Amino acid sequence: MKKLINDPDQVVADALVGIEAAYPGRLAVDHAHRVVHRADAPVRGKVGLVSGGGSGHEPLHAGFVGPGMLDAACAGEVFTSPTPDQVLAASRIVDGGAGVLHIVKNYTGDIMNFEMAAELLGAEGGPPVASVVTADDVAVQDSLYTAGRRGVGVTVLVEKIAGAAAAQGRGLADVAAVAARVADSGRSMGVALTSCTVPSAGRPTFDLPEDEMEIGIGIHGEPGRFRRPLGSAAEIAEQLVVPVTDDLDLTGAPVIALLNGMGATPLLELYVMYGEVARLLEARGVGVARTLVGNYITSLDMAGCSLTLLRADDELLGLWDAPVDTPGLRWGA
Amino acid sequence: MADDVTLGQLRAWVEGFQVLVAAHRGYLTDLDAAIGDADHGTNLDRGLTAVVTALRESPPGAVDELAKTVAMTLISTVGGASGPLYGTFFLRFATAAGPVTTLDVEALALALRAGVDGVVARGHAEPEDKTMVDALSPAITAFETAAADGAASACRAAVAAAEAGRDATTPLVARKGRASYLGERSAGHLDPGAASSALLVRALADAVAGA
Repeated sequence: MKKLINDPDQVVADALVGIEAAYPGRLAVDHAHRVVHRADAPVRGKVGLVSGGGSGHEPLHAGFVGPGMLDAACAGEVFTSPTPDQVLAASRIVDGGAGVLHIVKNYTGDIMNFEMAAELLGAEGGPPVASVVTADDVAVQDSLYTAGRRGVGVTVLVEKIAGAAAAQGRGLADVAAVAARVADSGRSMGVALTSCTVPSAGRPTFDLPEDEMEIGIGIHGEPGRFRRPLGSAAEIAEQLVVPVTDDLDLTGAPVIALLNGMGATPLLELYVMYGEVARLLEARGVGVARTLVGNYITSLDMAGCSLTLLRADDELLGLWDAPVDTPGLRWGA
Repeated sequence: MADDVTLGQLRAWVEGFQVLVAAHRGYLTDLDAAIGDADHGTNLDRGLTAVVTALRESPPGAVDELAKTVAMTLISTVGGASGPLYGTFFLRFATAAGPVTTLDVEALALALRAGVDGVVARGHAEPEDKTMVDALSPAITAFETAAADGAASACRAAVAAAEAGRDATTPLVARKGRASYLGERSAGHLDPGAASSALLVRALADAVAGA
């Protein structure tokens, strides 16, 4: 394992020190609870947006804290859900009197820890809490017989769009409804060319031969649908586009496309991939209105990418275009 | 009542659970490596070690205080799904038991039932989903059935039921938690959550027998 770290067990704590140092006056960190929050939190009268999850997916979630997006992010251990006391602390920090929205990716641990935090918050007479769960990974087929589809790329879009709705001063129920609509209208599919290596484990999470790829990979290295000999970018793009467009009708609506890098794939290759994706979508009559290409929800040092497509409308596009000012996403600000 | 279970015995239950989990740490982690993410023994051991420290630093004066300390410590130190599940068990146990220093066998049965119901509600797991519930659910039913014979007998019945339930998870296909993504590939492995739950029941029996 070759990594730029001091101590494998201190990776998350050390990264939070770095995030705080990199964005003085914009982000602040509660190190005891491992919460990254807006330096000006709480914003009075605004719904507070809290997300979080295991670390290792940066810039998700801490990199999306700032005006127009999240108010706070809870950093769990690498690939491990944050604990309820972290979520509780974050919710208190961002409570500006208009309620708090929890944005949760669909993993058993994340769901339970956020649920417990909401219960504890209610028991202490805290702010009203709504929550939205993302479950967009079409690689999981038997979702009735498993813990369900995993939350992946659409989480980035939920955080941006719900963040814009909250910034407009909308109420908790309205912001939660917008978030739920985005979560329901997006689908994703990923591919891995190499495994990631969790620092505390010190070795690759799974073995993937040099000439093979895993189609449908999860962002923690969960097994996908199948393995195939490594194909060309055009062939891989088809393996991603077909299952997503089979699962969700994207014709006749403006679509937001996210071509996301898994952490170790050069932007050059992501652009090659997006060119192929765009060609396939056009051939299927899917009209892409907005595009994002880059590393937004990563899996440590995994090579590969994921495609997320969101069936949007004028309202969601307007919220997408609204100003955002975070380390990981910034425009119009 | 001679058969009442005391605060001291319940504290010994929790401390005994810590000793059992520490002794089986590698075993639990190996079970988890086969169908999960290889951290169950490590996470639970870390949480229970923190629990024992917390109980030493501020010894609880009542059963609900004991169980609440256990719950909040597990919730904040274990992480993953095990933290909230075991935390919920002890939180519901605390509420059902109340601010008392002894529990008769019926009160203990009610508190255990509340804890198990909490785990079911938190995890939305049903029997044969290959989870903790497969050990805990038969254990509480056996305890209730044998309660008329006294706490020690009820505990022995619960241990037998928990261990049988644990062993019966091996052929099951997981339908909850991380293992569920493996589908058919999860069959043939003992569930690590059912294994640690059986240790929880065994620790209770040991503490009650050691009166």
